[in-house]
Amino acid sequence: MKITMAHGSGGWETSQLIENLFARYFSNPILDRMEDSAVVEGGARIAFTTDSFVVHPLFFPGGDIGRLAVCGTVNDLLMSGSRPAYLSCAMILQEGLKIETLENIVRSMAETAREAGVLIAAGDTKVVEGPGELYINTSGIGYMPEGRNIGASLCRPGDRILVSGCLGDHHAAIMSARMGIENEIRSDAAPLNRMVNGLFEAGVGVRAMRDITRGGLATILEEYAHACRYGMEIRQKDIPVSVQTRGFCEILGLDPLYMGNEGKMLLVVKEEDASQALEILRGSPYGEGAAMIGEVTTRHQGRAYVKTDIGGERLLSPLYGEGLPRIC
Amino acid sequence: MTAPIEYVIRRLSEYDGPPLRLMEVCGTQTAEISHNGIRNLLSTAIQMISGPGCPVCVTVSAYIDRLIELSGQEGTTVVSFGDLFRVPGSRESLSEAKAAGGRAEMVYAPAQILDMARKQPEKQFVFAAVGFETTAPVYAGIIKKAKKEGLKNLRFLTSLKTMPAAIRWICAHEPDIQGFLAPGHVCAVTGTKDYEEIAREYGIPFVVSGFSPEELITAIYGLVCLRGRGQTRNFYPAVVRPEGNPEARAVMHEVFEPCGAAWRGIGRIEGSGLRIRAAFREFDAGSDGLEEDIRKNSQCRCAQVLLGEISPGDCPLFGKVCTPATPQGACMVSAEGSCFHYYSGNEGGSR
Repeated sequence: MKITMAHGSGGWETSQLIENLFARYFSNPILDRMEDSAVVEGGARIAFTTDSFVVHPLFFPGGDIGRLAVCGTVNDLLMSGSRPAYLSCAMILQEGLKIETLENIVRSMAETAREAGVLIAAGDTKVVEGPGELYINTSGIGYMPEGRNIGASLCRPGDRILVSGCLGDHHAAIMSARMGIENEIRSDAAPLNRMVNGLFEAGVGVRAMRDITRGGLATILEEYAHACRYGMEIRQKDIPVSVQTRGFCEILGLDPLYMGNEGKMLLVVKEEDASQALEILRGSPYGEGAAMIGEVTTRHQGRAYVKTDIGGERLLSPLYGEGLPRIC
Repeated sequence: MTAPIEYVIRRLSEYDGPPLRLMEVCGTQTAEISHNGIRNLLSTAIQMISGPGCPVCVTVSAYIDRLIELSGQEGTTVVSFGDLFRVPGSRESLSEAKAAGGRAEMVYAPAQILDMARKQPEKQFVFAAVGFETTAPVYAGIIKKAKKEGLKNLRFLTSLKTMPAAIRWICAHEPDIQGFLAPGHVCAVTGTKDYEEIAREYGIPFVVSGFSPEELITAIYGLVCLRGRGQTRNFYPAVVRPEGNPEARAVMHEVFEPCGAAWRGIGRIEGSGLRIRAAFREFDAGSDGLEEDIRKNSQCRCAQVLLGEISPGDCPLFGKVCTPATPQGACMVSAEGSCFHYYSGNEGGSR
């Protein structure tokens, strides 16, 4: 069975689709009321974010658009220091999409939401013309715990810079899938809730966190350096990149520092808490490859830079354009 | 060559002999020198300048304009590597033309185009084949395959260049260069004979270099030691044989023949290009005569940057009007362009 324009009409077919698919997988007391808005418990301070997912192909090694749609928004909420609680899910389906495909994506979203500890509390479906794919938008609400205050501007010299695992896998997996290259590289799409909760529960002095998505680590470090007006120093030899992804990047002339990830984060912590933070990351799901890669310094203030293996130094710049591979 | 790398680095940082301007010819070498922060390991008396070895950077505006024209033709799709999309033609870039309705697609490997042509026989594809002796044999292989399969919907707009004539031109016109890092990948195909001749003729040393930071440092040290002598050394013997790769050259010469070629900023150099031979002419999308080079911004000094006459920071546009987000010339677009590297690594630039 395939999606037709009627599935977006707002009539019988639409309600059938909602009942038989979305409500079945996303079922929870708030969503099940099926009102025009979800009414949820309030809090003193809430975090609120939104993200749209247009990835092609819909399924790729290590994930699918549904898992991404949950992880992306959940991780954005986590990085602000909040506890993710509710998501909305708006689907823009193209005519001709197989129901079976949609079901696989919805099931994946439901599983990922469960893993991330969030409820999908509101949703919408539209159908448009097109070659039978789909786009997903998710918005999310998280609660900010009392007194929690983190941000790039709070970084201070001596603070340590950590990443939660190997860089570039998601980007390389998507590119491999698009190019029809078979390899071992899998997307890292994952919700980071347990890792982040672990850090806060242990009382680690977190200065700032960011999930390393499009633009890559280099772009974020540049933003951090700009925000705190100190230097962000990382060591080339300590930056974790898997052997497969490194090889892929070398062939195509890509730099893992500029590649997107969907389940990795950058963490800046107080110097005295760094080794504890690293231990917590490594002991958490999706954190086994975590590494301490550098520190905040008073050199090159306002810039991020790499200490290269050969003893040189290179200033980093943000990603320009689409991250084009070199030509020969 | 067996000296520990720390010793070599110390010698290079302490060098206090006569000032040396050394040119790395290949764009990948430019990228790796920048990436590994090698410039700040060298004494201030040693200046590395980037040569014309980035294929995108030396492409003239007439070529970009022709690609744009083809992308607007009914039923035709231009296929290209990413770098070319943002290079300014005389009026606009391929990327801008695409946003305005032109059809252009990006590929990462040339072999992908055969698949595209096979799977969509109703469409016409034109591949933007730019490059040097390293990529020309690959294109030649694809053209041969396309001919064998009888593909009628695939053509090539070529802008292929060969290094020796260009390096000879630089030696003749730019007297203030004391050594060249010869392009390792190119030499893997061509061998080292051409460079030995140029070295002898002009009394300038050439060292064939690999691309790792250690190989580059060692090769630079080789040039410092050889200064003033017209000798050639192969410091990349694992990949480069003196005779090169005769098989690759045979395929290349079967499909392409030498011709004059226009280089951005230099102009036409006889015998510095390759064009599709008559036997394969049906695969040519009109590559002949694309020599005009009109800069979008008349103040752009890409030409002098490419020849090592000025440092990117000396261009009046650098870092002001011309940035990676708003490139005025090809050197700021390509991941191998020296302006891009000076800007992003802030090597002598201002931000």
